[in-house]
Amino acid sequence: MTTRDDILGRVRARLNRTDANAATGRIAIDTLLVARPQGPRPQVDPEKSALVARLIEKSLAQSSTVDRVATLAEAPAAVAKYLRDNSLPLQAVIWPQMGQLDWLAAGVAVAARGAVDADLVGITGCFCAIAETGTLMLCGAPDAPASVSLLPETHIAIVPASRIVPGMEDGFALARAELGQLPRAINFISGPSRTGDIEQTIVLGAHGPYRVHLILLEGQ
Amino acid sequence: MESRSRQFKANTLAALSNPGLQQNMRQAKGKFVDKRAKSIRELDDFDGTRTAAAAIRNRVLDNLDLWLEKFEASASARGATVLWAKDADEICRHVVDIARRHEVKKTVKSKSMLSEEAGLNLALEAAGIQPVETDLGEYILQINNNEAPSHIIAPVVHKSLDEVADLFEKVHGTPRKTEITALTREAREVLRSHFLTADMGISGGNFLVAETGSVALVTNEGNGRMVTTLPRVHVVITGIEKVIPTLEDLSTLMRLLPRSATGQSISNYVSVLTGTQAAGDLDGPEHLYYILVDNGRADLIGSEFQDMLRCIRCGACMNHCPVYQTIGGHAYGWVYPGPMGAVLTPLYTGLENALDLPHAATLCNQCGVVCPVKIPLPELLRKLREKQVERGLRPQGERRAFKFWARLAASPTLYALAAWFGVRYLKQLAGGRKTITSFSLVPEWMLGRDFPAPEGKTFRELYAERGEKK
Ligand code: SF4
Repeated sequence: MTTRDDILGRVRARLNRTDANAATGRIAIDTLLVARPQGPRPQVDPEKSALVARLIEKSLAQSSTVDRVATLAEAPAAVAKYLRDNSLPLQAVIWPQMGQLDWLAAGVAVAARGAVDADLVGITGCFCAIAETGTLMLCGAPDAPASVSLLPETHIAIVPASRIVPGMEDGFALARAELGQLPRAINFISGPSRTGDIEQTIVLGAHGPYRVHLILLEGQ
Repeated sequence: MESRSRQFKANTLAALSNPGLQQNMRQAKGKFVDKRAKSIRELDDFDGTRTAAAAIRNRVLDNLDLWLEKFEASASARGATVLWAKDADEICRHVVDIARRHEVKKTVKSKSMLSEEAGLNLALEAAGIQPVETDLGEYILQINNNEAPSHIIAPVVHKSLDEVADLFEKVHGTPRKTEITALTREAREVLRSHFLTADMGISGGNFLVAETGSVALVTNEGNGRMVTTLPRVHVVITGIEKVIPTLEDLSTLMRLLPRSATGQSISNYVSVLTGTQAAGDLDGPEHLYYILVDNGRADLIGSEFQDMLRCIRCGACMNHCPVYQTIGGHAYGWVYPGPMGAVLTPLYTGLENALDLPHAATLCNQCGVVCPVKIPLPELLRKLREKQVERGLRPQGERRAFKFWARLAASPTLYALAAWFGVRYLKQLAGGRKTITSFSLVPEWMLGRDFPAPEGKTFRELYAERGEKK
């Protein structure tokens, strides 16, 4: 007998499993997976300006910083300003899907690829953002590699206001609707990486970024 | 991991007489409790969310075989290999086999309690494969001769900054640092080089999503993301009870887990990982394995202890437990400390191997009140005590004492007489003080406990006097 059969066999015996109740059980499972009931959710005003306001408030609470511009075309200049203001190098690894913006004019040298250890700044977009908790939802793809939001010390994310949703459930619903099957990696990111392991004192920049900066595109 | 739960009493005495540990525990305590209390107020319906979470977990446990089949099918369809392990040995065998198959020399690990259950690091080392713990707390323990964690969320809650500073100086051979930020930075640099050179990542799994065949990983440090993004191979080791139906259920549970654990509204990173690297992907593992572990879980299904399998490993029960806060996690002697450990350890390692644990509780129900999935921990502890009695596992002396007490309690006259003597004796023993701090009949019990001194009369006497006055 394989270990699988042994384990499942004991579970079945303990649940008094029969062919008949297995069949009804499977139907119940399939029904549930279609119905997808939700639990109680905290109230989040779904109106656009309220979502923007809440995302900003919660992102700041997560120790992220936020800048606001109108359109995507203005993002490179905002990135350059942030990097200069924080004495960070004007050089970044970037998601290939954001590479075609006019970075040259803004004075930022970008490399569109996955991140390597030496990259100090990583620029990404986001699949959507979650207002409830101030969270970015990133979906991995060939033109949106996960490493860019992970390896560099600074992570800059460009967030269109139209992509802010109230809760995690809405992010998943959007992924189902737009992507069909889930990508290999969905990463929900809420602020810089941190640890509280030594004396429960929070330190930013454990293994991932020390800084997370959101550039909100209010007109998009 | 070998259980040291049999030595619970000795472990406890050592913990009580360790001033450093007592100091560290006192420091940590308030932080977790206060932050949790604040963060649950962000939810409009915290209790309703707990009820929903308990229902999600019950739904799966009541049909666990079917949900496991569902998860297995979904995960396999996305290119993962699903393996099963009955016990610690089989976990280790699987992991070593996988490592050999893919010619792995080094593996980076994100926190996995199952890996602790299995004693996996020792097995990997014996097979010539280097395991590197990457959670800061777990890393500190590993470089301190594979010390055991003392908390499921904060593994080094028992250590002070000074102890960590000494350890880093000794092991890294760098000048001693006294700032927590500097120590964290040093660990980051050491571990970064391991992330970049490891061939395999090992993680636990906070939840397995049946609908999509995904594993959800929750971390703050980002190490969970590192070990599942960079190496060629990823191995997930989880208990069979970790399945949940849908991503909506994950959303509900994620409102409770971080708040209950650390008092955060959300952990920094929640990763939902599904399958292997797709065509064109620039990162992610080429091979993904799930090891679904029994190690005592299957036999709890359908039993009076099934409720325990709802546990989402948040640690709130230990953060709020007066016993845990006094003795620390190591005293419990196995992987899981606090109230949840006091239930799980005897169930997973044998009643007779952890006789004292179900008694290491005041049954004050703080744990039951805070548990995000409403596990009736005190009730389960009481059931375990009953089981011990049924199986004749309690010591002779205790059994005799209870028999004696039963006889006494059954006779009103005898009981009144004994109580009359008892309170007067104890009053005298207190010698005018409000509490009794030592009592030669039970010297060990009095260590770390004070007993309120009686005023000199029994309840019955006082009651009778009151009647006369009326
Ligand atoms: S028993 Fe409840 S409170 Fe304790 S760790 Fe498990 S889920 Fe958390």
